[in-house]
Amino acid sequence: MPKISGWSLIRFYTILVYAFMFAPIVVVVVLSFNPEQFGSFPMKGFSFRWFIKLAQNQTILIAFKNSLILGSLTAVVSTAVGIMASMAFVRYNFPGKNTLNTLLLAPIMIPEVILGVALLLFIRWLQQPKSFALLVIGHVVLTLPYVLLIVQARLGGIKKEYEEAAQSLGANGLQTFKEVTLPLLTPAILAGMLFSFTISFDDITATLFWATAQNQTVPVKIFGMLRNSISPEINALGTVMIVLTIATPLLAGYLSRKLSRGS
Amino acid sequence: MQSKRWKPWALLSPALSAVFLLLVVPVCFIVVYSFWLRSPTGADIAAFQFGNYAKFFADYFYPSILLRTIRVSLESVALCLVLGYIPAYFFYRSETRFKSVLILLIMLPFWISFIIRTMSWINILGDTGLINHYLIKFGILSEPLGMLYNEGSVLMGLIQYLLPFMILNIYVSLEGIDKSLLEAARSMGCTEWQAFKEVTLPLSLPGLSAGSLLVFVLTAGTYLPPMILGGPKNEMIANLIFKRVIGTLDWPFGSAISVVLLGLLLIIVWTYNRYLGINQIFKSLQGE
Repeated sequence: MPKISGWSLIRFYTILVYAFMFAPIVVVVVLSFNPEQFGSFPMKGFSFRWFIKLAQNQTILIAFKNSLILGSLTAVVSTAVGIMASMAFVRYNFPGKNTLNTLLLAPIMIPEVILGVALLLFIRWLQQPKSFALLVIGHVVLTLPYVLLIVQARLGGIKKEYEEAAQSLGANGLQTFKEVTLPLLTPAILAGMLFSFTISFDDITATLFWATAQNQTVPVKIFGMLRNSISPEINALGTVMIVLTIATPLLAGYLSRKLSRGS
Repeated sequence: MQSKRWKPWALLSPALSAVFLLLVVPVCFIVVYSFWLRSPTGADIAAFQFGNYAKFFADYFYPSILLRTIRVSLESVALCLVLGYIPAYFFYRSETRFKSVLILLIMLPFWISFIIRTMSWINILGDTGLINHYLIKFGILSEPLGMLYNEGSVLMGLIQYLLPFMILNIYVSLEGIDKSLLEAARSMGCTEWQAFKEVTLPLSLPGLSAGSLLVFVLTAGTYLPPMILGGPKNEMIANLIFKRVIGTLDWPFGSAISVVLLGLLLIIVWTYNRYLGINQIFKSLQGE
């Protein structure tokens, strides 16, 4: 540890910031085990009452299913489109490259409200109803920039020589991609899919514009439940989602390590 | 090389057409719609008139929401700077083995459901929430303190959401500083504080400003924290857009407000890019 006057102060301050960041998360988990009727303090014991109630709530289960399907579709489409575009940006030179890259990253900087209104207005003009497909394409636009950032960073780290070696040994473009580039890209693909799945699963603002009563996602459902009051059920649902978000990357990391060892 | 010329375009075409069709064209639609009329029956009439903008700036009501949006965004930037610089500096100087774990940990909330994190401030700040419960239990208060549904609680939710972006931006910029510069400053007789003030701080300014821009832009377009943690007096411009479009189905006016928000952000991003360059932001997001 560097000896700086005030270093312990800096450390203490950092701990406080961590406490601030994690307070809302810890409180949700703690309160979800409170058997009381209202989702608030004081704690009156420890029970799984609200988790059981949650598992029996049909509308939440449907929302969960919707979110899972939506997230998976978004992850697959967004990552596929993102990898193709990243290949173009990292491996080729063409006029307008930087401008196009910035354009594709622009959705990060555009407020979701605007994306929400814009796409909805367009769909309305085309006289199409709000549908599940609208949610998927909307979420692809939302997640694509993140996939691009991740895959491009990874692709930049893969030496072009590997591909050139394969080609000089007689592999054609597709074979090179399949045998050389793709295996090296696997971690980036998994990361891109994980990112887009999580962002899609979690998205609320734009989704509020695009969702209908029939295809509510989990956050939209929670938003609707919040109109009444915080029921302990929401805390239980929050705990489930927190556990899932922490478990998924760990599982993905474990799987990718296992996969790369296997190959 | 001649035969390869079409290849990048083929690879780019799905992404470009997605962004063009689903973003560029729809945003143009917003601009066009903002000039349209809304008939008393609620139908939209194609027109070219500035009535929607005139309505926005007609009295103090709508501009005050715009001003509040700008004020809250600036407050959120300031708070993120104050809360974010020291942890980022801690990561930079700390020599603990667990540094990467600590950085991962500060990013973890970013992955956890936004609506749950936002909502949970009610658990903490509410009348029967964590703080009031213990203050009353220990006899410090007799009545719960009203801490919710004001600008402070909105800022709590915002900062919890945005702080990782700021910390990451500053940290990436700090990591780029050559540590021998610091040693040089120290060997020339600078105190630790002087070395920080003269070397580290100026060199971390790019990350600081990139983080500030990102936080400002994300706050200015925010919908959820003011909706859940704010009262009617804390409405921001995104809430207004949602109410006009989804609530009263007033598409032309909703579009006009969206253009105002977009215009504000464009001016800020353009100015920033003109003087500082925008690429730093994407660089730090990539480090994530």
